[in-house]
Amino acid sequence: MNDVLDVTLRLLIVFVVFLTFPLIVGQTEHKVMAHMQGRLGPMYAGGFHGWAQLVADGVKFAQKEDVVPADADRRIFQLAPAVALLPYLLVLLAIPIGPGEGAVGQVVDAGVFFVLAVMGVGVLGSLMAGWSSANKFSLLGGLRTAAQLLAYELPMLLTAASVAMAAGTVSLVGILDAFEWWWLPWQIVGAIVFFVAGLAELQRPPFDMPVADSEIIFGAYTEYTGLRFALFLLAEYAGIVVLCGLTTVLFLGGWHGPWGADGLGWVWTLLKTALLAFVVIWLRVTYPRLREDQLQRLSWTLLVPLSLAQIALTGIVKVVIR
Amino acid sequence: MTLAATVRHLSAGPATTAAGTHGFLSPTGVEIAFLLVGLVTLGAAVLTVTTRQLVHAALWLVVALGGLAVEYLLLTAEFIAWVQVLIYVGAVVVLILFGLMLTRAPIGRSPDADSGNRWAALTVAVASAAALVWVVVDAFRATWIDLDGPAAGSTAVTGASLFQHWVLPFEALSVLLLAALVGAIVLSRKAGSRPARDAPPTNAPPTNAPSTDAAPARQPSARNAPAPNAPAPDAPGKDGDR
Repeated sequence: MNDVLDVTLRLLIVFVVFLTFPLIVGQTEHKVMAHMQGRLGPMYAGGFHGWAQLVADGVKFAQKEDVVPADADRRIFQLAPAVALLPYLLVLLAIPIGPGEGAVGQVVDAGVFFVLAVMGVGVLGSLMAGWSSANKFSLLGGLRTAAQLLAYELPMLLTAASVAMAAGTVSLVGILDAFEWWWLPWQIVGAIVFFVAGLAELQRPPFDMPVADSEIIFGAYTEYTGLRFALFLLAEYAGIVVLCGLTTVLFLGGWHGPWGADGLGWVWTLLKTALLAFVVIWLRVTYPRLREDQLQRLSWTLLVPLSLAQIALTGIVKVVIR
Repeated sequence: MTLAATVRHLSAGPATTAAGTHGFLSPTGVEIAFLLVGLVTLGAAVLTVTTRQLVHAALWLVVALGGLAVEYLLLTAEFIAWVQVLIYVGAVVVLILFGLMLTRAPIGRSPDADSGNRWAALTVAVASAAALVWVVVDAFRATWIDLDGPAAGSTAVTGASLFQHWVLPFEALSVLLLAALVGAIVLSRKAGSRPARDAPPTNAPPTNAPSTDAAPARQPSARNAPAPNAPAPDAPGKDGDR
């Protein structure tokens, strides 16, 4: 009975995190973008600085009509948002936020592979949406999504492999247990490559060519309305949470901190994740969108060689210090 | 027979021979789940080759490959399962979908999706399935994996056996894949050099040429609008729909 309670509680916590954190990131984005651009952002909903704006948005989305285009492939069109969103929920299960095995939804033996594999499945949702909409813009968006995934999956995997080499394990909990502070300078190139490639996989600006709202009208999501569109948006923000959490765990030492790692380890994890999420928003406000060929060139001629160099460096240091 | 012997060697390590304690008529929960997932996988695989809609075939392939990954999981081969998802669902199917969407992927039936080689394909498929089933049954007839003990397919066990006992085939396969990789680059460079002469060179990125072939990507799309996020006064950026 205790086991059942334990599992239920863990799942419940992960689910609550999954429902709230993306909204917090979304609201932060509203406010941070606004202040960076010299305006206030939402101020009225909920009273205090518009904190309930996203709740109001959710209510609005739920009231909208759910339209499926006449020529669309109905079932796949309706299935796509779920395929895009659910993988991030599964990934959240495997991210440890504190020391020990009590602070993770589910200990996964091959954690690094699990999270990267499942995150890759999420992109399938965009592809399904792009194809099934029967819309040229959507199809273009889907194509660009696929090209982007193929280009950026490789550097992401390679840099994650570099960390796994350094730790001697592919378990996320094991990687954190093996972490030392000097890994930070050692793996810094890998960290940057991982973060950039993750941004590209999430199609966040400046890598938002697949959704490019001013050119191809939100790409794969052109035809979506109401709740299904909201699910895609939620997937994007859940993706930010997952990417920042993963970068924290793999490269920034997760619950390790200058002090208080035992009791307050989860605070460190959340702090680092929040900081990275802020950087994600910051990048969106700062950089213009990359053109499609620039996107591809960045990955193949810069990120892939850099990640290979990082792996070589990791291997050399690993052999030397042994 | 030699193949079967090899497979038997492979199974000799972690799996235990304990047919005596198990019977086919007293299935455990895991065995029932294994069978059910197997049925789903089989159904998805059959649909993959029988559906008349091209993209649906690729999506049923996702279900079939995912089902296989679940089977690996049930056999405690966690590492293999995730690699299966990562490579096949994450990369191979995306590549297939990309190719389909780039060439032709009509919504609805594709009357020309049927091949005239139906019977030849069926023969080959049945023959290879028969060979595989025969080899596997012959090699693993009375072998059971002890699911209660330490995981027989954990990452550590898989890695150790791959790089200790099977390192030579592993390296041979690496060389083969490397050769294929180099060959692919050579082929694509040859094919890509012709259009590069006609078009301005800036439009021909050195790698992954097909992905940028989509025409609108080449259009000088409003370079003077560097603000994808330029907000309307009351709505930030692309969340303007709110």
